[in-house]
Formats: sequence, C-alpha cells, structure tokens
Amino acid sequence: MYSDKLAVIGDKDIVLAFKAAGMDVFAAQSASEAEGVLKKHAKEYCVIFITEDLAAGMGETLEKYKRKAYPTLIPIPSSSGSTGLGMAGIKADVERAVGTDILFNKEG
Amino acid sequence: MAERLNVNPTRMELRNLKRRLATAVKGHKMLKDKSDEMVRRFVELAKENKRLRQEVESELAGALHDFALARSCCEDYVMEEALAMPSKSIKIRAGVSNIMSVVVPDMRMEEESKGEDFPYSFARVTAQLDASIVTVTKLAEKLVQLAQVEKSCNMLAIEIEKNRRRVNALEYVMIPQTEETIRYITMKLDENERSSTVRLMKVKSMIQDR
Repeated sequence: MYSDKLAVIGDKDIVLAFKAAGMDVFAAQSASEAEGVLKKHAKEYCVIFITEDLAAGMGETLEKYKRKAYPTLIPIPSSSGSTGLGMAGIKADVERAVGTDILFNKEG
Repeated sequence: MAERLNVNPTRMELRNLKRRLATAVKGHKMLKDKSDEMVRRFVELAKENKRLRQEVESELAGALHDFALARSCCEDYVMEEALAMPSKSIKIRAGVSNIMSVVVPDMRMEEESKGEDFPYSFARVTAQLDASIVTVTKLAEKLVQLAQVEKSCNMLAIEIEKNRRRVNALEYVMIPQTEETIRYITMKLDENERSSTVRLMKVKSMIQDR
C-alpha cells in the first residue's frame, strides 16, 4: 500500500511552520541537498512539498517523478512569495497536452 | 506518396495487408476518440488546478511571511523548542483512481489531533505565530487537494502526448503505407493476369498458323 504521510522540504526558517501543522519536515539549503533528501525519503511519503526556490534547480528530478502516481512532488511558494514556478508547471502541462496554451493566454 | 512496404506481391500478402489495414483504421478511430476525451478531462482538471494553485499560493505566501516575521521576534532556540513536538499529525488515505486508464493518485486527509491547537505555551512566543500556524494548518487540506489535482494533470498530459504520437503514427505512416502497398500488389497481380492472357492468345495464334 501507499504511504500515508506528508513531507516538506525547504529552507530551515520556513519548514517549522509546517511541522506545527503535523507534517514531517526536512531542511535543505541548496537544490543538490534537497535532491539528496528526496532520494533518501521518496518512498516513505505520498506527497512531498518542495519550496519553489529549491524546486527551480531540480527540474530533471521532478520530471522523473511525474510518471508514477506516488510520490507526488509539488512546488510551494516560500516566505518571499511565489516565483511563478508552480504556475509555469501548469502552463507546461497544458502546452504538452493541447499543443498551445489555452488557459493563460488571456493574461498574456 | 507514402513508401510501400517491402513485401512480395502475392495474393496471400494482399489478403494479410487488407486485414491489417482494417485493424489500423479501426484502431486509429478509437485512439482518436480516446485522445478527444482525455483532452476534455484534462482541460477541466487544468482549470481546477490553476484555481487551486492561485488560492494556495496567495494564502500560503502570506502565512509564511507572517511566520518569518514571528520567527524573527524570538530567539532561534525558543522557536525550535516551541515547535519541536507538534500537537497534530496528518494522515493521508492514499489510493489510486483511474482516468481514461491513467492511474492517478486519490488522496483523502485525516487529521489526528491530540487536543490543543498550538503545541507551545503562549508565554514565550509572539501572537503572529499563532495566526500563521492556524493558516498553515487550515491550508493543509487544500494543499493535499492541490497535490492530487496537479499530479493528475501531470500524468494526463504525459499520457495525452503519448497517445497523440500513436494516433499520428497510424494516421501518417502506417495507414498510407499499407494502402500504397495494397495498390501496388493489386496492380502487379492485374498486370500478371493481363500478360498471361496475352501470352495465351499469342500461343494460340502460333498454333493455328502452323
């Protein structure tokens, strides 16, 4: 069966907030460090949230995990606000599936 | 003009090819229908995904901003001590569901609370912390929902791309090639028949002349 736990990988200053909400947290300073944590713990969690600043440097790894149902890796904004990486992911999906971007073209 | 397959122009081969063409055409139609339906579902999911992400991003960014401010008001060890033992744990009931034979995750959140909302005493930390913790806790369910929708979107997009390749391969390679080969074999067989007729006529006239 699948795991039933959530995890957050992010900057040490932010992850504590998620810890209080009942998730498991791992602190990482750089993308390579985050990748190491991810490799070690990917099997133990069903969803792993990764802050956008770290996720930006892990494109290939994230792409690899997209093909299986679990674990699910989701970029979330960090304390400095959203960098638009998550939205860019949705946009890329739409482009991949439909051929052109049909969701975001209104905003430019 | 499509290139024809490298086969012998015989009746048996012709029969096989005709059967293969019928299968290819049927398969092409079915795959195309599948693709249409997947795209329809995908667009629904993608819209949902966008909406959820916008909500989550704005709320979470605010909460984390508050949290960073709250953290800066106390010393590091106070904060770590305050949050070291969380009062809740989140459990996910994880299963899979099936969208157009794509296996996507299906998650439900179950919160296990051990009583209090906050795992710390109010004496040592600031009030901003409370607010940000409450928001993050409330957001957890939405985050799980977002995770499910976004993953489904990812996987559907990959599947749609794969399926489109199959449809195109059938439509632009397999079907034209088979049709071309069938035409070639038919012509070759007709030609053989004509030539044998002519040969017979010639032989007949030669015999009569003798």
